[in-house]
Amino acid sequence: MQLKSTIMDKAQMGRSIHRMAHEIIEQNRGLEKIRLVGIRSRGVPLAHRLSEYLRLIEGQDIPVGILDITLYRDDLSTISHQPVIRGSELGFEIEDAVIVLVDDVLYTGRTVRAAIDALLDFGRPRQIQLAVLIDRGHRELPIKADYVGKNVPTSREEIIKVEFEETDGADFVHILVQ
Amino acid sequence: MTTLIKNGNVYLNGKFQTRDILIKKEKIQKIARHLPEKADRVIDASGKHIFPGFVDLHVHLRDPGQTYKEDIVSGTRAAAHGGFTSLCAMPNTDPVVDNIATVDYIQRRAKDLGSAKVYVIGAMTKKSEGLEISEMATMKSGGIVAVSDDGGCVQNAKLMLNCIRYATNFGLPLVVHAEDYNLAGKGQIHGGKVSSRLGLTGLPSLAEEVIVSRDIMLAENNDARLHIAHISTARSIEMVRQARERGAKISSEVTPHHLILTEEACLSFDTNTKMKPPLRTEEDRLACLEALRDGTIDCIATDHASHADFEKVREFDHAPFGIIGLETAFSALYHHLVKPGLLSLERLAEALTDAPARVLDLPPAMLKAGLPADLTIIDLEQQTHFSPENILSKSKNTPWLDQKLWGKVLYTFLDGRITWEDPDAQIS
Amino acid sequence: MEATPQFLGRNMYGLEDYSADEIMYILEASKAMKEINLRQYKKIPTLRGKTVCTLFIEDSTRTRMSFELAAKRLSADVVSFAASISSLQKGESLQDTIYTLGAMGIDLYCIRHSSPGSPQLVHKYSQKPVINGGDGRHAHPTQALLDIFSIWEHVGNLKGLKVTIVGDILNSRVVRSNLIGMKKLGMDVTICGPRTLMPPNMDKLFGCRVQYELREALRDADIVMGLRMQFERMTEGLFPSLEEYSKHYALTQETIKFAKSDALIMHPGPMNRGIEILPEIADSKQSIIVEQVANGVAVRMALMFLILGGKL
Repeated sequence: MQLKSTIMDKAQMGRSIHRMAHEIIEQNRGLEKIRLVGIRSRGVPLAHRLSEYLRLIEGQDIPVGILDITLYRDDLSTISHQPVIRGSELGFEIEDAVIVLVDDVLYTGRTVRAAIDALLDFGRPRQIQLAVLIDRGHRELPIKADYVGKNVPTSREEIIKVEFEETDGADFVHILVQ
Repeated sequence: MTTLIKNGNVYLNGKFQTRDILIKKEKIQKIARHLPEKADRVIDASGKHIFPGFVDLHVHLRDPGQTYKEDIVSGTRAAAHGGFTSLCAMPNTDPVVDNIATVDYIQRRAKDLGSAKVYVIGAMTKKSEGLEISEMATMKSGGIVAVSDDGGCVQNAKLMLNCIRYATNFGLPLVVHAEDYNLAGKGQIHGGKVSSRLGLTGLPSLAEEVIVSRDIMLAENNDARLHIAHISTARSIEMVRQARERGAKISSEVTPHHLILTEEACLSFDTNTKMKPPLRTEEDRLACLEALRDGTIDCIATDHASHADFEKVREFDHAPFGIIGLETAFSALYHHLVKPGLLSLERLAEALTDAPARVLDLPPAMLKAGLPADLTIIDLEQQTHFSPENILSKSKNTPWLDQKLWGKVLYTFLDGRITWEDPDAQIS
Repeated sequence: MEATPQFLGRNMYGLEDYSADEIMYILEASKAMKEINLRQYKKIPTLRGKTVCTLFIEDSTRTRMSFELAAKRLSADVVSFAASISSLQKGESLQDTIYTLGAMGIDLYCIRHSSPGSPQLVHKYSQKPVINGGDGRHAHPTQALLDIFSIWEHVGNLKGLKVTIVGDILNSRVVRSNLIGMKKLGMDVTICGPRTLMPPNMDKLFGCRVQYELREALRDADIVMGLRMQFERMTEGLFPSLEEYSKHYALTQETIKFAKSDALIMHPGPMNRGIEILPEIADSKQSIIVEQVANGVAVRMALMFLILGGKL
């Protein structure tokens, strides 16, 4: 695996996430019913960042839940490694809430499909929205993000790697090639 | 017809010596260092070992009655494949050999169709039920060599005493399968570490030892000849040793599996490790080996007990007891005991030939001019692959299934006639 | 990334084949499964399209229900085969039964059988993964896992915990599996029962303590587990009467005092109230007997998921 290019650094990531936070407020006209739900594993730090910006902008604490979608994947029989289940920790009722699902990269759309399924097993939210840092195209399902940090056209051979200080030691978005 | 076997390592007078053997018709005519190469058939046995035909005191031929497991033809062919030329058939057939007609049937059939000499052991009690003494004297006149309720055991001490007295009256040795039914219960494997571990019901050593102790006392009191079949525990052996030191006429045999395997083999749940008596502890195994070396145990017997696949390949506690042994006996013992230096080849030869013959007064099993040409030629430098296809017994229930063991029987001669010839062996 | 244990396609014959890390991993997965069991909608699509067969040649309604519920909550299809209604009694062998079931496309077998080693046979005939739901007196690994899971949930750190198991040790597969699992996780186990119901060599085989006196066995225990006393043992001459057994080996308010005051009370069920355990103990605040049953479903879900959750 080789580094092809770096798409975002710390500053760029910060600006994008900041902008996405503004868009969330704008789109929902306030944060009354908004709940952030990060998809394990890189969706979780991103959701926390969004929550931080929302607090800075609006002065409200928006709770962040964690969603583990391992049990909802449709590729269990094709993945070659043992899936790790660490469980979901929502910590709030989703009944009638407006859920913003958060993930680092939107690609085929299958992860988001699984996440929606998983989420609906917890109750019936009023609305589900989707926020991603990178949209790299190649959708296999009719899924679209409501908030996008950056659109990055890629080939299928490339791998987008998003790193966060909390989990990886530094903020970066890289493109890798085999 | 004459056959000349040249340059073999011949087991003579307790040791292996290079000799030529000339067979004429059914007898050995001459054994000498260099015999002229004038014979109808010449076998070059250079580097090979020549043993008197092996003798097995303990075989279940399953004929009559359970011929889907084995019959006299397949059983004696298996014997020939294993180097055996004489065997004793146990009476637990269907019907039980407790009458002269069945004795006669087995003898006639073996004579007509068999690949080994078959000596019949008659039942000790009627139907081997342990209730009434069988017609031992009548069967003796029909040719039985001993009486036994093998597979079962007379539980009533008073009846056993009577059997001992009655058999002795007619000069018949008694062969005892020592098992106290109450102590044995529904035991599946040796009552010890492995049974505790696997939750299988145990067959305690005591179930054997209590009967060995009882029968030695009963036999000794009546100066009877008692042979303990498939002895398996250190304490049984100790009792036999002490009785012999006192001069009692007690003999015993041990099976290859009790000399080689222990209860640990049962951890695999392989039903081919399930037999009676069960595979015991390592201490018991070592005691068996030591007693075989020093002669406390007279001989080796296979307890060849065939069971069909559909009976044996199933849940452990529903599978029957017993394994086949005629074909694997020599190779298993050579491979696991002689080759690693735990047993001399000479002692192994003795324990498979004349020693068992003496126990039940069978004709001598030795190589000597004038005696029947019963012998086997074995290559110790080759391995035998015990695959199901290579096993001649009707059943394949052996713990050595699919294994390759050192020692290969190339030829077996019975009364001068070849009863087994390895496909790779060369006759010139 | 930490190395995750591999479970795909493996058999669960007994806990001896699994390391301490692997057992802990199963417990972690069970926790995630338990969360699902507490939801309003107790079903997830994970094993959609897979077929799980519960093969019960020995009757056990509770364990079978637990396995079936576990499979169903994961959206697997479940076929169940019980000997009492089957052709096994008409003489069809286990081998033929498995060949027949195999033709129906089973992905995983959960078997209960009175013969030790039969799960291995099922695997041999089917070439599919097998979970042992109890084979004779040999092993019952899912029961041990749920027992350990229940303890872990309550106590957290398992290392050094003192566990006392009381009753018919001889006939208990639950004890054998628990001994293996608990030992691997560093727990300190004492087994107790009358000598006639105690197989030889247990201490050497399993590294546990053997006690014949109940009060001595219970001293300072963190966990106390009672075992079912079966009436049949009486006719086998292993003890004279249930009353006498109860007098010496029952968990009562008096005997339980010897354990720690906050000791957890467990029982694999079904219980004989008044014989091996008195109702006031079984229903006490310290009793987690009912939780054990609930946890059984979660643990079995976790195992099924791990074994089927990937390439086979």
